[in-house]
Amino acid sequence: MHELSLCRSIAQIADRARQGRPVAAVHLRVGQLRQVVPETLVYCWGLVTDDGPLAGSRLEVESVPVVLDCRACGETTRVAHVLVLTCAACGSGDIELRTGEEFLVTSLDLGPPADEPAPTPTPTLREQEA
Amino acid sequence: MGRFHRHDDGTVHEHDHEDSHDHSHGEHGDHGHASAADSEHGDHSAYETGTERVEVLERIFGENDLAAAENRTAFDAAGVTVVNLMSSPGAGKTSILERTLEHLQSAGTRAGVVEGDIETSIDADRLAGFGAQISLLNTGDGFGGECHLDAPMVRRALDRLDLDTLDLLMIENVGNLVCPAEFDVGAHRSVMVYSLTEGEEKPLKYPVMFRSCELVLLNKVDLVPYLDADPALFAENLRRVNPTARVIEVSARTGQGLEEWYAWLAEAGVTTVTEGEPVGSGA
Repeated sequence: MHELSLCRSIAQIADRARQGRPVAAVHLRVGQLRQVVPETLVYCWGLVTDDGPLAGSRLEVESVPVVLDCRACGETTRVAHVLVLTCAACGSGDIELRTGEEFLVTSLDLGPPADEPAPTPTPTLREQEA
Repeated sequence: MGRFHRHDDGTVHEHDHEDSHDHSHGEHGDHGHASAADSEHGDHSAYETGTERVEVLERIFGENDLAAAENRTAFDAAGVTVVNLMSSPGAGKTSILERTLEHLQSAGTRAGVVEGDIETSIDADRLAGFGAQISLLNTGDGFGGECHLDAPMVRRALDRLDLDTLDLLMIENVGNLVCPAEFDVGAHRSVMVYSLTEGEEKPLKYPVMFRSCELVLLNKVDLVPYLDADPALFAENLRRVNPTARVIEVSARTGQGLEEWYAWLAEAGVTTVTEGEPVGSGA
């Protein structure tokens, strides 16, 4: 639901990091506990970047599963279902999350600097079914 | 859940298709790339030449969390205890706040409210008249209204409050069980209002929200005789996602349980903060 404001943050980060060069793709790492719908994020990315320097860039989302440490039995397990945060070994809910809350821009795919020929732009998101 | 791609033909789909990537999939079809795998899936040269991958590794909530930290610093400097109050729409946040402000006024606690509302001042109007400073924050600018308060928004609301003259500031977040949990606003304590009429299973459906709070005010318990709802089952489901959260059963209508909530509030500024898990400040 808040994908739009997240896209604005992502666009700011990408714009700062792009060194004035065209951006082909922005790579994210998103933990599965993040309540982000990837399709919505990609759709909003098109809206947010529509008329700026990031127009036409792709958003690539890498999903990170939820892994937790159990305080009761000491096991480190991956949760079977992200909605139930219990230890897969003993069922305890007394856990500490190890992964699953990531929300990072990990990297950018940059085209050549502006004075060199730019790569063929990829289609904008408007062309995709929302 | 797999990894979503938008391909050059404009489609988005999960990442279970065969392509040049080579990474192991987990038992549920979703896969976390270990960070070591990054370089290996970094080659999309099949449909994109001449690009260079540049590592960024910047947290998307970084800016919000920075603003949240600044808010917290401002609160601490003014000696104000700040409580973030979250719920779904209609759970009774404003009703509980009305009662609470009335109590605080009689107890001599100087209170303020940041009222998050998408478009109207209906809730802020209800809270007038109890001697509290109220700063209304409409989130409706831009694309049809934000679903949450974030730290920069709260910072703007602080301009209309005199923090130095306050003991307690309640932030009434936008009614929503998803988004507010993601954004740290700088509050010291996080509290949820949850009404029994919403069903006992919601902690399992919205674990991020229920994990983000340390106290749940289970509201509308005066309706227990008329409902099939079971407060004990709710508490059990809550424990499954948040074993340390406390539940106080209340009724904003009859006043049941509110004394216990007031006692918690009176302690909120002095007890050690046992925060939930503000996801917004996570990894």
